[in-house]
Amino acid sequence: MFHKDGRVRDEARLLLETLASLEDGELQRCQVAAERLLLQMGITFNVYGDTAGAEKIFPFDLIPRIVGAQEWEWVERGLQQRIRGLNEFIDDIYHDQRILKDKIIPEEVIRTASSYRPQCHGINPPQRVWCHITGTDLVRHSDGQIYVLEDNLRVPSGVSYVLENRDLMKRTFPQVFEGLHIRPVDIYPSKLLETLEALASPSAGEKPTVVLLTPGMYNSAYFEHSFLAQQMGIQLVEGRDLAVQDKVVWMRTTKGLRKVDVIYRRIDDDFLDPEVFRKDSLLGVPGLMEAYRASNVALANAPGNGVADDKVVYAYVPDMIRYYLSEEPILPNVPTFLCWRDKDRKHVLENLDKLVVKAANEAGGYGMLIGPHSTTEQREQFARKINANPRNYIAQPTLALSRVPTLIDDKVEGRHVDLRPYILYGKDIHVLPGGLTRVALRKGSLVVNSSQGGGSKDTWVLADSGKAVSHDQ
Amino acid sequence: MISETPLLSRVADSVYWMARYIERAENVARFIEVNLHLQLDLPLQEVNQWQPLIDTSGDSESFQKQYGEATEDNVIQFLAFNAENLNSIYSCLRAARENARSVRETISSEMWEQVNSMYLQIQMQRVTPGDESLHELLRGIRLACHMFQGVTDATMSHNEAWHFLNLGRMMERADKTSRILDVKYFILLPSTTGVGTPYDDLHWAAVLKSVSGFEMYRKKFGRISPRNIVDFLLMDHQFPRAIRHCVGSAEESLHAVTGTPVGSFQYPSEQLMGVLSAELNSTDVPRVIHSGLHEYLDGLQTKMNAVGHDLLKDLFLWGPADRAISAGASR
Repeated sequence: MFHKDGRVRDEARLLLETLASLEDGELQRCQVAAERLLLQMGITFNVYGDTAGAEKIFPFDLIPRIVGAQEWEWVERGLQQRIRGLNEFIDDIYHDQRILKDKIIPEEVIRTASSYRPQCHGINPPQRVWCHITGTDLVRHSDGQIYVLEDNLRVPSGVSYVLENRDLMKRTFPQVFEGLHIRPVDIYPSKLLETLEALASPSAGEKPTVVLLTPGMYNSAYFEHSFLAQQMGIQLVEGRDLAVQDKVVWMRTTKGLRKVDVIYRRIDDDFLDPEVFRKDSLLGVPGLMEAYRASNVALANAPGNGVADDKVVYAYVPDMIRYYLSEEPILPNVPTFLCWRDKDRKHVLENLDKLVVKAANEAGGYGMLIGPHSTTEQREQFARKINANPRNYIAQPTLALSRVPTLIDDKVEGRHVDLRPYILYGKDIHVLPGGLTRVALRKGSLVVNSSQGGGSKDTWVLADSGKAVSHDQ
Repeated sequence: MISETPLLSRVADSVYWMARYIERAENVARFIEVNLHLQLDLPLQEVNQWQPLIDTSGDSESFQKQYGEATEDNVIQFLAFNAENLNSIYSCLRAARENARSVRETISSEMWEQVNSMYLQIQMQRVTPGDESLHELLRGIRLACHMFQGVTDATMSHNEAWHFLNLGRMMERADKTSRILDVKYFILLPSTTGVGTPYDDLHWAAVLKSVSGFEMYRKKFGRISPRNIVDFLLMDHQFPRAIRHCVGSAEESLHAVTGTPVGSFQYPSEQLMGVLSAELNSTDVPRVIHSGLHEYLDGLQTKMNAVGHDLLKDLFLWGPADRAISAGASR
């Protein structure tokens, strides 16, 4: 919101003026009202490890985060390019593996990636799209540059908060919208439905049956599953509602069995089909992968696409973009040291107190060492882990994530944020303007995950002042 | 007509139970409320009228085990807040909310928010009993349940899911009206044949108030008479808590769901519902009272339970055999 020297960024000026003009306590009053509304609307997530069914609201901060039109245009182009590159890569990995044969990426890296699914070889998803819904994590470093932190190709969550946060802002704090052209986000459910319907085989007819497959109401993202199903007007199903017969997927209804054409699955690959992946899965549908392979049902996202989520594979994304698209990457990666390379490992072990170390296959802020905040004991523990299994660890410099003004008790203080835009890949690639801004509410903390003290903010992408904004899209 | 995709069986089941639990919570709240008021009007020696409430709920055994004596405090704790009593207001609202949560995409957002805030309300009261008096709490719950019914009818298409919902609430309502009539009639009966006490009218008025029927009864019959009250609660077509009205409405919804015309049947549940409805249409009150109201109501409850049971089998559970058949038949 501010330049390094303390000057207000142009795009934030109007918001700051509005905030400054508020009466004492008004901001806090709106904040309390917003939190009460969240609880009433049941916009909660389930906490694992807590008693069964314990729910919490995802803390919401009333001060929006603002992204300028020009910068967004650049981010959008960068994301579109990145998704195209990643999609080419995944398709290649499950077919010819040209990129391995050409030695751009060592074969070893793919073979040992825990999210690589050899079961998916030779599968041709509709239009050869593997990553229909992506939630890329972006961060801004103190150098002002935006970097891609993670791609999150598997089952990214959080988009419901983007939509609900905007709704909440309009309901509790409408005065701040005045005079600003903010790009609407409400279009997402329609775009998502369009993306999903386009995956149905032509034989499904005019109105294919699309369903959202959830692990059930005790899953941490259940709110989002039901919300999206409701907004799209499709059925929310659990594994036990589906059955496969003769390589066709059916759902159990009060009028008998109905054919299912497209499944937006919010279940990890591992649990999708006990006949192909984890045998002990009770959440999935036996025979689903066979139906999928026979093109009788479409799955979004395509199983196996998580291979590119491996943090070692991540390091090669810029190379993929050059290899498949013959373009220079628009969005840079965070510089990454791969511990299986001897030289990198040596550097990492010598600089553990400065780096962030991550397990290659973990997400959600788990399995991570933040060097500058760590104890000697923790660093020794990680050194042992790295030496025992170098393939499983990467390290990155500790980024000074940008901070934005956040309401803490009754004061406004700076807190670290990241940004997760959502990208839909159907007939073309659509980037939702904005995305989920997650904020580390604990002072000095760099961890923005909701499971670890993170909250969220509404994210405003300003419309180009030269262009008219259409609010009715 | 553009047909919606039929409901998932699991969803139909959850919607049905959500409606039943909300209706049950409302009834229990009303029963307690009416009894609290009744206590204030009765002479001291007649004061303990709390045991019949436990009898109405059908959970006497569980109450006996946990609390023993039916004092006001014990009964209210048990019926309103007890988590082990699966029919307490708290348990009902919790169950209603769990069911609603699992079908959030089927019901409207407004309905979900209403169920959710009802649950939060009693949950809060349970954890930190605040300034709100019991009277206010019960009134609040009753109004919130009414609001849910209103929100439901105003924001949800009267589609298949709505009919399942209506089926649930009507079956529950009929069951509750029959129970209160049964228990109270049993207690009050001796005094209707012997010398009536000046308090009989109070008791009978309380029965009517327990089902929000006092005013509507007055309009139709005027003076309080046990025979007319039985007539009103059992046979009335128009009063929304009369058993005949509930069964009629449930029957319509059942047929709307199955697509079979009223009067014919393709499932056992429809057949049983038809029998239930025909019985109500063909009996008259003097005969019922003469041959034993308790036996009659008992029979009614057994049949209503059987309808619910058959319904579950007919429409909610799909056995492997059905699956094979309809896999061949549907699109």
